[in-house]
Amino acid sequence: MTARALLQESDISRALTRIAHEILESNRGTSNLLIIGIHTRGAILAQRLGAILDKIEPGSGVVGSLDITMHRDDLANQPARTPRRTEIPAGGIDDRTVVLVDDVLFSGRTIRAALDALSDIGRPKAVRLAVLVDRGHRELPIRADFVGKNLPTSLAERIQVKVTEIDGVDEVVVEP
Amino acid sequence: MIHLLGTKDLDKQTVIRILDTAEEMSQVASRSVPRLPALRGKTIVNLFYEDSTRTRTSFEIAAKMLSADVVNFSAKGSSVSKGESLKDTAQTLAAMGADAIVMRHSASGAAQTLAENGWVDAQVVNAGDGTHEHPTQALLDAFTIRRRVFGPNSTGKALDGLRVAIVGDVLHSRVARSNIWLLTALGVRVTLVGPATFIPNGIAGFPVDCSFNFDEMIDSEPDAVMMLRVQSERIESSFFPNSREYARHWGLSDDRAARLPKSCLIMHPGPMNRGLEISSSAADSVTSTIREQVANGISVRMAVLFLLLSGAQRISQ
Repeated sequence: MTARALLQESDISRALTRIAHEILESNRGTSNLLIIGIHTRGAILAQRLGAILDKIEPGSGVVGSLDITMHRDDLANQPARTPRRTEIPAGGIDDRTVVLVDDVLFSGRTIRAALDALSDIGRPKAVRLAVLVDRGHRELPIRADFVGKNLPTSLAERIQVKVTEIDGVDEVVVEP
Repeated sequence: MIHLLGTKDLDKQTVIRILDTAEEMSQVASRSVPRLPALRGKTIVNLFYEDSTRTRTSFEIAAKMLSADVVNFSAKGSSVSKGESLKDTAQTLAAMGADAIVMRHSASGAAQTLAENGWVDAQVVNAGDGTHEHPTQALLDAFTIRRRVFGPNSTGKALDGLRVAIVGDVLHSRVARSNIWLLTALGVRVTLVGPATFIPNGIAGFPVDCSFNFDEMIDSEPDAVMMLRVQSERIESSFFPNSREYARHWGLSDDRAARLPKSCLIMHPGPMNRGLEISSSAADSVTSTIREQVANGISVRMAVLFLLLSGAQRISQ
């Protein structure tokens, strides 16, 4: 069986728009909001989310990016990777509400690493989690606050989020 | 790459990868908690058979910023003074659980000997061996040049087309040798400048130009001049008549510094002999990168240790 697409470009864009509205609603406005994407595809989704937020309420889409390579718990079992740029907007994360953005929520280990990475940078008022796809199979007590699409999967399947900036196309595919 | 023994066997891609990693590492120092957990549980031994201030301290700080445990070992006051061999010392340290050995030794090739004879399981980082190589110094020099030239957009860039003059005691300088290979790999045109006694035999085999006139070199407007220390501890017989004459012909005097292009970087690996190879005001001028080089050294060494020690397959070429 070959890869099949679960979300198309329009589905992704609708999901992001809905998440943007949910973020504004739960934050009761735009004050002290900071969108931080986890490299690589999370950072791109964060950029898009920021652009949508800016359209809804100008000035609300303050976006940064976070590299979690150094904080991974499987660092010793994988080939060494080149870390990416962590970009935190001026003013830092102290006392702001940080919305972490990633493409797929799976075991939860990436998010744990991201929380560790954040605590090295400062002390946010609150941290929320937005993901495009939640595929289940959590290994840690972590859940997402904003979910684009819940996709129940088997462990053998592989979910891949593709974005135009890197893969030339916007879609979510599942590979058996 | 399991060890970092020299820059001669590094290709352009690998060098850029190390420099890019160093670029990210340099951000860590400015954080409220300047520490990364990447090498937690690893032990790094600094095995120094020669004196050093900045290299040893720099490696120590770099390792600590990556949360590794550091053991400092200097030959003075150890069993080395009782006649213990390099092999025995290294094996003793490895038996205590060292994951990496950062070694400085007065014999050229010492790091390679340690790495390739199967004496120890640990990974070896050459921190200077005799007059052979000092790879992390060359990496930090390249990193410093790249940052000054490209600013915040350095990531991914090489140094194609730049011209760098390496001036002075090339013969005894491991820094010069490492820089020749590394800068050339990055696309730099390197010119060696110095008295004939300080230019090594067989220079034809190096991918460099050679000049015996510092003033002509300055007038040709290089992008950086790298002054080398006159290594009095390695100089046995007379290579130049006296230090005043050396300073007059080969030193970066105030006068020569003033004639350099405004953008030309003044570099020195340290420690400096102020007044001999470099004048005090040249060393402290705005185009001088000397203190920056020291600060960048930490980022570069963090990158090297991270790429060597993290990951199952080690750094791949």
